[in-house]
Amino acid sequence: MDLFSKLLKREASLSKNVAKERLRLVLVHDRTTISPQLLENLKEDLIKVISNYMEIDSGETEVTLNSDDNSVALSASIPVIKINRLSSR
Amino acid sequence: MGEVIVITSGKGGVGKTTTTANIGTALASMDKKVVLLDTDIGLRNLDVVMGLENRIVYDLVDVTHGNCRLKQALIRDKRFDHLALLPAAQTKDKTAVNTEQMFKLCQQLKEDYDYVLVDCPAGIEQGFKNAIAGADKALVVTTPEIAAVRDADRIIGLLEAAELPSPKLIINRIRPDMVKTGDMMDINDMIDILAIELAGVVPEDQTIVISTNKGEPAVLDVNSKAGQAYRNIAKRIMGEDIPLMSFEVDETIFSKFKKLMGFKS
Ligand SMILES: Nc1ncnc2c1ncn2[C@@H]1O[C@H](COP(=O)(O)OP(=O)(O)O)[C@@H](O)[C@H]1O
Ligand SMILES: [Mg+2]
Repeated sequence: MDLFSKLLKREASLSKNVAKERLRLVLVHDRTTISPQLLENLKEDLIKVISNYMEIDSGETEVTLNSDDNSVALSASIPVIKINRLSSR
Repeated sequence: MGEVIVITSGKGGVGKTTTTANIGTALASMDKKVVLLDTDIGLRNLDVVMGLENRIVYDLVDVTHGNCRLKQALIRDKRFDHLALLPAAQTKDKTAVNTEQMFKLCQQLKEDYDYVLVDCPAGIEQGFKNAIAGADKALVVTTPEIAAVRDADRIIGLLEAAELPSPKLIINRIRPDMVKTGDMMDINDMIDILAIELAGVVPEDQTIVISTNKGEPAVLDVNSKAGQAYRNIAKRIMGEDIPLMSFEVDETIFSKFKKLMGFKS
């Protein structure tokens, strides 16, 4: 093993780097965790707004926040029951 | 009109009270008018760290409830005339005060003082909300440990949500020897992760324990390294451009090597 790869190996095993990596992962998770209450409020608001345009199954509506390594997406699954021909406005 | 600075952290025991006492005393030693506000209701500490525990008559809750006038509750420091402490109540709980009362109190204090330093309790509940209610600026204290940095991240988010943007970071209890061997996160690591500006770095230092025993903040001891670090932070708060001390920029041999080789560290 040459000097450089030896150093690389040592670097990866330093406890501060273990700490850094664990901290990075925990923060990715923390930063995308929003309270269930907030998500519930958002869902209710969504249902209210969408109901102005179409009839939806509010009981089956799901709102979730999904995160992978470097992005976060808000997804909503909203079953539509009936779409009104003319919007109320 | 003065400035209200809250000293906060999320996690307990990282050095908020020590930091408040030392920065406050340092500012006072540089002729600023300073008042220290202990908002850790039920867990009063700042009075002992300042060595003023025997002079307390009234407290924060007495003031907000109108049991006494503000001036009556302010305790004058032993060493500096223009340094005062408003102690927390010891027998009440955090709900004894609300954010509106805290805001008013801070407004009132900053009319008479250059700096109002607010020592925040641990946690993110009512006590935290009270402590930041009247603040113009925030200092976030952390230690080089995962749990403390994680909580600091949470606090920074809450401060931003409360429209107290760009808080600055104080890294406390750093051990240059452990940073050197790669067994402690270094300053750049934490700054990178938290994406926040640095106010200063304070080393782990026995003189903090000794000075706390005596009730004399370490900034009064010219030989204390931590005291020196706190004096520097106080000067930075006053707007002076003070470079970091040697232990504040320690890097591992490897990161120097990486830089030499052109790797991003
Ligand atoms: N730089 C330091 N070196 C050594 N001990 C320290 C240092 N900073 C704080 N301490 C000690 O750590 C303990 C917790 O500090 P404190 O200021 O009370 O934290 P907090 O107010 O955040 O709960 C105290 O016993 C204090 O003396
Ligand atoms: Mg404290």
